[in-house]
Amino acid sequence: MSLPRPSLTIAVTGLNATDNPAPGVGVIRSLRAEPSFGGRVVGLAYDALDSGLYSREIGLDAGFLIPYPSQGVEALRERLRAVHARTPLDVIIPTLDSELPAFIALEPELRSWGVHMFLPTRDQLELRSKARLGELGERAGLEVPAQRVLSDAGDVYRLGAELPYPLVVKGVFYGAAVVHGPDEAAAAFHATVARWGLPVIAQRFHAGEEYDVVAVGDGRGGMAGAVPMKKLLLSDKGKGWAGVAVKDPHLLEAARRFFTATSWRGPCELEILKTGEGRYLLIEVNPRFPAWCFLAAGAGQNLPWAVTRLALGEQPAPLTDFKAGTLFVRISLDQIASIEDLQSLATAGELLRAREGP
Amino acid sequence: MTGKPTYQRPMLVRHQAGLMNKLSRVAGMRPLTEIDGVPVAALVERFGSPLFVFSERSIVSRHRELRDALSVRLPKARLAWSYKTNYLDAVCKVMHREGSLAEVVSEMELDKALRQVAGTEIIFNGPYKPEGALEKAFRAGARVHLDHFDELARAEAVARRLGLAPKVALRINMSLPGITPWSRFGFNLESGQALDAVRRLRAGGVLQLAGLHAHVGTFVQDVDAYRQEARKLSELANLLAREHGVMVEWIDLGGGFASNNTLHAQYLPGEQVTPSFAQYAEAIAEGLAALALPPGREPTIFLETGRALVDEAGSLVTTVHATKRLTDGRRALILDAGVNSLFTAFWYRHDVVPAQPFAGTPEPTILYGPLCMAIDVVRDQLLFPPLSPGDRIVVRNVGAYNVTQWMQFITDRPAVVLVSRTGEAALMRRRESVETLLAQEEVPAWLA
Amino acid sequence: MDTLQRLKDLAVSESGFVFDPHSGQTFSLNETGRAILEALKRGETVEQIVTDLRQGFEVEPGADLGRDVHEFLLLAREQGWPVPQVEAP
Ligand SMILES: Cc1ncc(COP(=O)(O)O)c(C=O)c1O
Repeated sequence: MSLPRPSLTIAVTGLNATDNPAPGVGVIRSLRAEPSFGGRVVGLAYDALDSGLYSREIGLDAGFLIPYPSQGVEALRERLRAVHARTPLDVIIPTLDSELPAFIALEPELRSWGVHMFLPTRDQLELRSKARLGELGERAGLEVPAQRVLSDAGDVYRLGAELPYPLVVKGVFYGAAVVHGPDEAAAAFHATVARWGLPVIAQRFHAGEEYDVVAVGDGRGGMAGAVPMKKLLLSDKGKGWAGVAVKDPHLLEAARRFFTATSWRGPCELEILKTGEGRYLLIEVNPRFPAWCFLAAGAGQNLPWAVTRLALGEQPAPLTDFKAGTLFVRISLDQIASIEDLQSLATAGELLRAREGP
Repeated sequence: MTGKPTYQRPMLVRHQAGLMNKLSRVAGMRPLTEIDGVPVAALVERFGSPLFVFSERSIVSRHRELRDALSVRLPKARLAWSYKTNYLDAVCKVMHREGSLAEVVSEMELDKALRQVAGTEIIFNGPYKPEGALEKAFRAGARVHLDHFDELARAEAVARRLGLAPKVALRINMSLPGITPWSRFGFNLESGQALDAVRRLRAGGVLQLAGLHAHVGTFVQDVDAYRQEARKLSELANLLAREHGVMVEWIDLGGGFASNNTLHAQYLPGEQVTPSFAQYAEAIAEGLAALALPPGREPTIFLETGRALVDEAGSLVTTVHATKRLTDGRRALILDAGVNSLFTAFWYRHDVVPAQPFAGTPEPTILYGPLCMAIDVVRDQLLFPPLSPGDRIVVRNVGAYNVTQWMQFITDRPAVVLVSRTGEAALMRRRESVETLLAQEEVPAWLA
Repeated sequence: MDTLQRLKDLAVSESGFVFDPHSGQTFSLNETGRAILEALKRGETVEQIVTDLRQGFEVEPGADLGRDVHEFLLLAREQGWPVPQVEAP
């Protein structure tokens, strides 16, 4: 039973909805779409110009800047303490890979303040790290592409026969480039290290159709919900710009196996490739909501709301149904904002909005 | 009585997309005014600047943390202090007092260790062990870990000449996923070279094979590498027992645990990424579970942990000599210590904090050393509060490899002090001077 | 355009946020920086600005205000502010 929680305050990170959008705006729109939720939503942003801060539609009650993950746990703790003092929080939903280690480290302390999260453990996070895909595949009984971890650029010249070109060169957190020879691979290696550091992964490239599954693990090996999607349109950065919910039992089974093998706690996105011969390869697991997660809510599974309830210690009934054929089509629009909002964010690091109406 | 605000240097920062976050580490940055209760200012007053300061409390507590993490899982584990990490006598003394053996990789280190511990408490590694060094090691009863076939032959010749049958180990290298193999040291496992070395050693009939050694790398943040290393050495030990009648007495897993520093090529700070000693120990214990030797014949497990034990204990105190504004708008500080003293600045984005309370808006700042060389950068680009000449800065986590790899280049090396657990401070190494330099020099007679 | 007028167009908030309506750039000033900009708008010279700062702030002995103001003005010029040319102190 989900009790109406009109007074709940939920904070969400990842508000930079550019043409390579962070997931925060999708998560917030999902929360706003939940009829039993009438509470407050607080945006936690990394830059005064993070676009979600200026969205009237998602109706942030407040926005706060938080320090970059590279600033360390201590800085984040102090900032969250200050935010919590201004606007007491009940739940935080972090949505970016790079901030997870810090939020995981802070989870016990935040709980003692009365702030709840539903995140994977450090071990779970480690196990799904891109560098350990092979091991994960073995444990979950899922086929994965061959890959090798590169620790210096010279490694690309020593890749054996099991990794023929073309290859995909990937960073630990983000970024992937298809390369066709060692020189190109070395260049991609350097570009990736400069941005995301070591390690870098070289993965065998397979041709096929890519599917993505947004799903939530209940932390006990079960699946709290899952919606697979096929991208219909890509942006020039290769990000999904339109997609459709699909009902392929193999995709749901892959997610279920992942949860059984890891007891995953929290949201994730599975990237799965279906080859021409009908094999399903697990390419990657992202330990957070994807930017398109609002599609799941539209198709009948409000997964951010499920995460909120799990964070609060409830045990929502698993979401099993959704409407295949539901589409998302992204749109860019220019929002009008005032220089005062920018000023407040740039100087005070916060933006408080008076609520209109009750 | 005035209610006037305190004057700060005027500041002007242009907002740039992607850089509009005034919350930085500085928000949580606190000055480090004392090291184990001793004011930094008092240390500098007494010993000068720049100054390396080591905390005995930190060395001891890290050592005990690792020892405890191991001993709950592996009753026969022992640590061997990796001398190259920091071979100041006083630091080695603390390590030995805490129960560490000595791990040395040169005759110089061997000589240094022999002054501190019994020969049987020394592990002698490395690719370069001349005859004289081998003789010294064998006479003293040290554990010699052989690196290559030529060394094997040389060690046999020396032992035969001395009439000894010393127990030795073989250094093994192996391929581990995600780790660049250090294949230049030791005998390769996968190619069968390691087993060739076993056969060769046994055929020689002089040396006794009693140990296996490997060292997978340094600053290894993936605990899984240790799980696999321990498993592979265990399987090799099983094979030796089963098929070669060799029962190893020790397995040495080398060093390489990461410290809390942050590599240049690392996005998240070390504190979020570096595994704990317990996590490393757990992985090692899991790997060693593959050992299948008869009961009572469990080998001693050695670890040669270096940087992870001593990095945190060391701080470098340095003084702001000047401030500058670069043409790109960044502020630059010129410090009295540079990469000549702080070799690790080439590897790490070091954690730096002011040593006195500070005020003012942080700005993008670059920290330069005193050398007249472009490479002399202590910290590239960080948000740092405005400091003035004479202010002090503490560079943290510099206890490993600096006080051995520092260079006598352009200027002399600073003093090193130890702060005791009761807050006493004393010199471990005097500051160098031009006399230190001249003491080694000669002028050929025809120039005199 | 008249320099003084352009300076006056720089909108400064209490918190030190500056919006330059000519260039569209935004900036942050600390309290002393804000005091200098206000003084510039009043058409003050470097000497007058230094005197103002001494009167308005608790200044530690040894601070070199002339140098600080000079450095600030150079920086402001680099950012395209219509700051009068100044001689090194
Ligand atoms: C054989 C051996 N043992 C131990 C160490 C110490 O390594 P660390 O300081 O990374 O723990 C090294 C360093 O390279 C080494 O070569």
